[in-house]
Amino acid sequence: MPQPVISVRDLVKTYGKVEAVRGIDLDVGPGEIFGFLGPNGAGKSTTISILCTLIRPTSGVAEVAGFDVSRDPSAVRARIGLVFQDPSLDGQLTGRENLEFHAYLYGLPAATRKQRIDDALAIVDLADRAGSTVLTYSGGMRRRLEIARGILHYPQILFLDEPTLGLDPQTRNNIWEYLHTVRTREHITIFMTTHYMDEAEFCDRIAIIDQGKIVALGTPAELKTKVGGDVVTIITPDMHVAADQLRSVMDLESTQVDGTLRVEVSDSASFVPRLFSELTVPISSVSARRPSLDDVFLKLTGREIREQANTSLDTMRRMGRMWGGGGRR
Amino acid sequence: MSDQVLSTPAVPRAQTVNIRGATLRAIIIIWRRDLIRYWRDRMRVIGSLAQPILFLFVFGSGLSSALRGSTGGLGGAGSSLQYVQFIFPGIIGMSVLFTSIFGAMSIVWDREFGFLKEVLVAPIHRSAVAIGKTLGGASQAMIQGLVILVLAPLVGVKLTVVGVVELIPAIFLFAFALSALGVAVAARMRTMQGFQVVMNFLMMPMFFLAGALFPLTGNLPAWLLVLTRLDPASYGIDCLRRIVLTMSGVPSQVVHGFEVTLFGWTVSLWVELAVLVAFGLLMMGLGVYGFRQRD
Repeated sequence: MPQPVISVRDLVKTYGKVEAVRGIDLDVGPGEIFGFLGPNGAGKSTTISILCTLIRPTSGVAEVAGFDVSRDPSAVRARIGLVFQDPSLDGQLTGRENLEFHAYLYGLPAATRKQRIDDALAIVDLADRAGSTVLTYSGGMRRRLEIARGILHYPQILFLDEPTLGLDPQTRNNIWEYLHTVRTREHITIFMTTHYMDEAEFCDRIAIIDQGKIVALGTPAELKTKVGGDVVTIITPDMHVAADQLRSVMDLESTQVDGTLRVEVSDSASFVPRLFSELTVPISSVSARRPSLDDVFLKLTGREIREQANTSLDTMRRMGRMWGGGGRR
Repeated sequence: MSDQVLSTPAVPRAQTVNIRGATLRAIIIIWRRDLIRYWRDRMRVIGSLAQPILFLFVFGSGLSSALRGSTGGLGGAGSSLQYVQFIFPGIIGMSVLFTSIFGAMSIVWDREFGFLKEVLVAPIHRSAVAIGKTLGGASQAMIQGLVILVLAPLVGVKLTVVGVVELIPAIFLFAFALSALGVAVAARMRTMQGFQVVMNFLMMPMFFLAGALFPLTGNLPAWLLVLTRLDPASYGIDCLRRIVLTMSGVPSQVVHGFEVTLFGWTVSLWVELAVLVAFGLLMMGLGVYGFRQRD
């Protein structure tokens, strides 16, 4: 890897007795889209907050854009762009005014300020709505404006904390397209967190974090090879007998998920006929598919990520976004 | 997705950080944002006239006629000064007081809704938030105070060009002192829940003790006299009253009769302005300190 733009060694953050981050190491190369995946409370937001200098690490070293986040936070801040988990736009200002505010804060030279704002608005397709107040924007448009704002001051790295949380699937995909455009046009590194496993497919590399530790790191394809072949889901009225027979007769370990039995097999096409002939219990349904990152997470942690995915806070956030980010802004 | 050619690729990256220059620009833009928001919310400007109108025409006129029945004019025998005219500068002061503190409280609002984060993560000195917000709140409050002047003819207060020109800096310094106080409080507040407390235990006492509605002369009970002298708003409202009543042609001995005294000395206009500036700077210092504590 060329000189990394983010370099983290043995990063630890404790709150009292709670260990939110328990020794993380990672490197992110220039131009990468790096995804940080895990359920809520896994330590994603804590880690990204440390990298953005919003909170101090308890121990360990984190260098961002060549500067230490603890010793030189101002230098780091000048070189990164941020899109926060919760909306942080001024609803009473127009889209353009929000960007102007940012341009002043980050000291963009007056001569190129307007041009740069126009360019950023064009990248996220908001040029025609730039004169409307943000109150009139949809959730997806607000996110796009925040992305435009995040890249406005030519940062080397754009950090996004759950950028697609609370958006509908179509808007989520749309946001991803814009992020890819941003990466190509701005030659920028993107570091983002998400708990949507399917979104990780858009990343070049991902780290899966659980209970404050990285449990897997690699390209989405590499991680999927950790699951041995295809995933077969079986529904049967007698799960225990089926699981026993799978183990004794076919030498396969199965896991129970949501009232189904799940097994990994190298070749599902030849496995299904054998399943019906070898098992004595009735089988009401069988389905086979290629592994997803959900399966990887399940395999690595023994839990499904979706179980914890929706906390009441998320629901509140989604409601907030639906109703325009909380009242009169 | 758009594919127009963009004129600047990512070139001017990672400039050296000039914190001082950036902080100055940040102060200006934070200030400007407050004014844009104020301007956009014109209903607020009109709505904010409702309370002064109630005070002047309902409370003021009612009390005016009650006082006339018993003692005649305000300010000694033979004075034609009516109570409504006496409280007119006090109502300007009320408007300034409430707008300043509410304006500063928008920091808590910004914190609650996330916008403050955008400012706090910028590579600027935290003092920019305190200073910019103080100036923003003070500017809004100054405009609000000056708006009240449109009611002057209705209560028989005469305006002169010189008087209004004198009033502008006086109102601004008053607004500055109160906005700075509001920022110092808001810098330490995390939720809007504390707002009601600030209302009841800071704004209302400051308003009632400031002599907006009654003269702060020697007839007051001693404990009340002491409290009114501790209220920085007393000096601000006294400034406004001197300028407004003088401009309206009230005889100087009548105006003199209302002036704030400390230990038997009449406090001069300049001392009062100095008190406002000193109080404002002290509070702004506390505000800056409040924001330097890392969130």
